[in-house]
Amino acid sequence: MRKLIITAMLAAAPALAPALAPALAAEPILPLKPGANADLLAQHCAACHSADYIRTNAPFLSADGWKAEVTKMRAVFGAPIDDEDAGKIVAYLVGSYGGGK
Amino acid sequence: MKRRSMLLGTAAAAASTAAHAQALRLHPALADGVRDTAVLDALPGKQPMIKLSYRPPNYESTLEAFRTAITPNDRFFVRYHLSEIPDIAALANWRLRIGGDAAGREIEIDRAALDRLEQVEIAAVCQCSGNRRGLSAPHVPGVQWGVGAMGNAVWRGPRLRDVLALAGVKPGAVEIAYQGPDVGVLDATPVFAKSIPVDRAMDENAIIATQMNGTDLPHYNGYPARIVIPGWTATYWMKHVTRIEIRSTPLASFWMKAAYRLPTGMFPGSPFPTQDNATNRPITDILVNSLVSSHQDGDSVAAAGFTLSGIAWDNGSGIARVELSLDGGASWKPAALGPDGGRFGFRSWSVTASAVAGKVTALIRATSMAGATQPEKPVFNGAGYHNNAIQSLPLIAA
Repeated sequence: MRKLIITAMLAAAPALAPALAPALAAEPILPLKPGANADLLAQHCAACHSADYIRTNAPFLSADGWKAEVTKMRAVFGAPIDDEDAGKIVAYLVGSYGGGK
Repeated sequence: MKRRSMLLGTAAAAASTAAHAQALRLHPALADGVRDTAVLDALPGKQPMIKLSYRPPNYESTLEAFRTAITPNDRFFVRYHLSEIPDIAALANWRLRIGGDAAGREIEIDRAALDRLEQVEIAAVCQCSGNRRGLSAPHVPGVQWGVGAMGNAVWRGPRLRDVLALAGVKPGAVEIAYQGPDVGVLDATPVFAKSIPVDRAMDENAIIATQMNGTDLPHYNGYPARIVIPGWTATYWMKHVTRIEIRSTPLASFWMKAAYRLPTGMFPGSPFPTQDNATNRPITDILVNSLVSSHQDGDSVAAAGFTLSGIAWDNGSGIARVELSLDGGASWKPAALGPDGGRFGFRSWSVTASAVAGKVTALIRATSMAGATQPEKPVFNGAGYHNNAIQSLPLIAA
């Protein structure tokens, strides 16, 4: 689906449609801590970015900080997450990673 | 049984965390989450670097990359916002479209067209706006960069103004905007797009680089062409640039209006008239800074005397002096500066300390030709930008 937009953007350079670079295909699986609704992160977050974004920010982000991040992913980056799932994702992150402790 | 194996797993993870942190010599101020996640990993064509995120790839240089004033291409940091990056084969068909409402015409050019223009070379520091974000106290969200999201290279290519002239710049132009072909996974994710004031684009030092340290740009540093804005942070150095807009209006992208901004008046920096407001403004110039690359926190040194060395840089006024203090800043000893490779680049330095004993803290500060000096403490801001505090390096003399 992205391909159409990029092709339009690049007009006469259709061969520039994105292809995943080899390194990214070899990305190891980074486990997240267990917890209720952890599967929602695999479903909603992992499509666009690896879990190291979560793990490196986890020790210090507060509940409000996580809420702001999830809101940014929805409002700015267009993640198709409804209110209910967004609430569950924030609850998982705060519950499993300590919410800024 | 399950709980037990989980606990064992946690203990093993803690041990490997400590081992990782030791091998990487991660900065002590970084968050614990960086310690158990960062690893040495090699992207294609690169030496192992410190992986902060796999996808999109964010890799910072190891300290050894800064033991020379020029940063080797295969150790140069990698930073992407979005995950889908064209591979080298796709980039073989690279084209650059130039147009916009303040352009004389819409054109499309290839690499050969760039190569036909007058070629200039300039050494310049490419430093991520968020370099050292991970050292922020308190920590702030974002890629948790240590000290290695930067590098200095000799960039070669045509001047940006000569490229713009191919399309024509109308008198009403206020900004030059650009973007690359890297995109998010979702259609809804905005493309990474940035702009600079037209005057900055017309500056003789702004170029479109096709070469870096004498060879084509590495894939992950923007092959085949990237914008180079010496003195300004790397957010304006668009990689793989495929589209340039000559605009009569400000670019209103998320990346200009919401991200990469600082409270107005908090830091010095060139004005950006079409993007500045009373509350906040875009980050622009790099601040004067320095880094010890010969030693790290806790290293042992000879009590009879030892030599520290490293690099210093600013936004292009040049480095006037670098100084060492071993007495908490009461007295300062000047370092010897290395060869001047250009005012926008890293300046190497070294300084020999006389006899010391036991625990000692080395303070290093640089002063620019414009008279700016590194502050004692970083100025906190929510994005974690512009940490140019004097380095405080604990050493053990024996």
